[in-house]
Amino acid sequence: MVKDNNMGKLHAEKVNVYYGDHHIIKDVNLSIQENTVTAFIGPSGCGKSTFLRLLNRMNDYIENFRKTGDILIDGNDIYDKKVRVEELRKRVGMVFQKPNPFPKTIYENVVYGLRIQGIKDKSKLDKVVEDSLKQVALWNEVKDKLHQSALALSGGQQQRLCIARTIAVEPTIILMDEPASALDPISSAKIEDLISELKEKFTIIIVTHNMQQASRVSDKTAFFYLGELVEYGATDQIFTKPVKELTQNYITGRFG
Amino acid sequence: MVNKKEKIIESILMLCATVSVLTTIGILWVLISESSSFFSKVSIKDFLTDTQWTPLFAEKHFGILPLISGTLLTTFIAILIALPTGLSIAIYLNEYAPKRFRKIVKPLLEVLAAIPTVVYGYFALMVVTPFLQKFIPDMAGFNALSPGIVMGIMIIPIISSLSEDALYSVPKALREASYGMGATRLQTSFKVLVPAATSGITVSIILAISRAIGETMIVAIAAGQQPRLTLNPLVPIETITTYIVQVSLGDVVQGSLEYQTIFAAGIALFVLTFILNNISYFIKKKFQEKYE
Amino acid sequence: MKQKFDINRFKDNAFKYFGIACTLFGLAVLSVFLINILIEGLGRLNWQFFTSLPSRKPEKAGILICLLGSIWIMFLTALIAVPLGVASGIFLEEYGKKNKFASFIEINISNLAGVPSIIYGLLALEIFVRILGLGKSLLAGSLTLSLLILPIIIVSTREAIKAVPKSIREASYALGATRWQTIWFQVLPAASGGLLTGVILAISRAVGESAPLIVIGALLYITTIPTSPMDDFAVMPIQIFNWLSRPQKGFIENATAAIIVLLLITFMMNGLAIYLRNRWQKKIKW
Repeated sequence: MVKDNNMGKLHAEKVNVYYGDHHIIKDVNLSIQENTVTAFIGPSGCGKSTFLRLLNRMNDYIENFRKTGDILIDGNDIYDKKVRVEELRKRVGMVFQKPNPFPKTIYENVVYGLRIQGIKDKSKLDKVVEDSLKQVALWNEVKDKLHQSALALSGGQQQRLCIARTIAVEPTIILMDEPASALDPISSAKIEDLISELKEKFTIIIVTHNMQQASRVSDKTAFFYLGELVEYGATDQIFTKPVKELTQNYITGRFG
Repeated sequence: MVNKKEKIIESILMLCATVSVLTTIGILWVLISESSSFFSKVSIKDFLTDTQWTPLFAEKHFGILPLISGTLLTTFIAILIALPTGLSIAIYLNEYAPKRFRKIVKPLLEVLAAIPTVVYGYFALMVVTPFLQKFIPDMAGFNALSPGIVMGIMIIPIISSLSEDALYSVPKALREASYGMGATRLQTSFKVLVPAATSGITVSIILAISRAIGETMIVAIAAGQQPRLTLNPLVPIETITTYIVQVSLGDVVQGSLEYQTIFAAGIALFVLTFILNNISYFIKKKFQEKYE
Repeated sequence: MKQKFDINRFKDNAFKYFGIACTLFGLAVLSVFLINILIEGLGRLNWQFFTSLPSRKPEKAGILICLLGSIWIMFLTALIAVPLGVASGIFLEEYGKKNKFASFIEINISNLAGVPSIIYGLLALEIFVRILGLGKSLLAGSLTLSLLILPIIIVSTREAIKAVPKSIREASYALGATRWQTIWFQVLPAASGGLLTGVILAISRAVGESAPLIVIGALLYITTIPTSPMDDFAVMPIQIFNWLSRPQKGFIENATAAIIVLLLITFMMNGLAIYLRNRWQKKIKW
């Protein structure tokens, strides 16, 4: 496929998803530009998380999962038979709702992605650990205990570690599935700051329940409802003068 | 009135639960009392260091080592078969296999553990040994290898089922984190799931070892009755359990030294399995605390 | 994203086929064994084989005595072990929570479950055969096997009771039921499927067991049908063991035929247990 600049970094066209008989995502079209933060909002069960997980094919192992339509990253169909899903996931990283560090040391958590690629060079690994932890502003807190268990960190630290682990493999897109919802307000604010910084280097897509958070961190916002993409546009516009009444009702808290 | 009835019921239930304690006490008492008269005639040092076991011969030796070596040899062969196979099955069923396949195969494999052991003894003696003799002509009709292999097949489901349960209970978040980093199923299994499930897997292996050590009929039928201190799997040997069977089949006079030897052998067997069972019990307890 | 040979991908696929191979290995061995048994023994299975007493001539020998012995053992063992085991399980799960005595019993049971069966034979030889003077009777045999399967029944009773939702208990208490009434009228019926599964599996284990019975001396050449629990007996696995240790080919054939019968009993019990478990698991989703 020819690369078309209008399509942006990521482009979804007429995407439908079914789990068995359930129609989860309905005819979604969406383009996301490079080095932006896009927020997916909508009530629980609206399909925003499912859609996010389509983008690095985390739904692949679900039985009865079926998808139609195309999802292109840099102009390439990521569901093409020739695409290796592992390669895709190295380029499209993911941060989950609850911090999920491996029950290993902090160091081993960060280098996990490099180790599975077969990189053994100690000095390279050391450098990546330092760089990644610095980027998530965790280096000063943990530099003396890199070889202690990651499970001893606080929830907020664990989540930043998970982000460090993700950026260590140098993805171009980072998917975040409600990354701050399980954290206290201070840790949550730190994650938000971090997202704004990471935007310089990565394209970020974040699913969130928190309207204020969406308006603070994102450039663009997509509102999902019952599996449909209701409205998609600049965050300012969505939150101040939404086109659709449904969007208006949701962001003013009349349902959801 | 109601209260009194409730109390009586509770006491009856407690009494029933006490039976298992009495069983343990009974086992310990029987083993210790009978073998203490044995050890009043044979020194513990001879028992543990003599390299011959010939209580039924004219020239008597009472060294348990040949029986222990026979037991450990067959057990080792069994684990050599069961561990790689069982663990691979567990990983395959947990991470690769379609759900429907897993649902059919798991109970089928558990059939392997339900077959009476005397039937396995028949297989070892009449099927596996003749088959192996085609490739290893100087293998004896009774040997450690084929009962070891058959025992290994028997304990595959212990390892595969329990390990699969352990892998399955690893939090989904860890699995997703690994896949999200671009790991393959194999990398996720070996670098994340197996380490996280170590305790459960270890418990399954210990249980399998303990089961193999205590297994009686397979070795009694196919391994022979010649206590010998050897690592050669091709010659007849004797395990602790086989020795007890051998004496039980004969006309040994009750109360004689020969009669007491089976309790001395029994205590060696009990101690071996007791240690293993307790290790696995404590691993299991620690593991539960960690995840609850 | 689409590129040259990927070693990780290769290993991943290689392991997939290795895993399939391992799984099929287990199943293949199982089928080879079963087919072999059928080929060797099916021809010997006739009416005479089921109705004949033991004999020194293989073609005249039959399994009547040991089949009846196994059936006796099955019922006597169930009669002893099921009430004891279920009662212990109820005590530990419903009454003994966080009680030192209960946790002591628990360690104890987990240990007993791992004690080799032949050790139970040594226990029985001393206690039942000698001290209680029961001899090599059916009663001594079933007492031995009852102790052996007791831990299995206790553990599965506890699992079955644990699976009953708390809400059912609370509903019963809220209506003024006592603890025992709640257990008897609500918990046990709700747990019956799981309970039955565990009991059947345990009995099936007892029917296939032979080592402890050999130790108490139940390897007898008996020619009379057992009619009371105090009679001497033989069981199927021991008859098989006995025939396997004879050199004549005819006896080996008898052994395989008897194995077919024993396996049929075992598989039927296990099949029933699996069927009940599946039905119960479907039902328990309240």
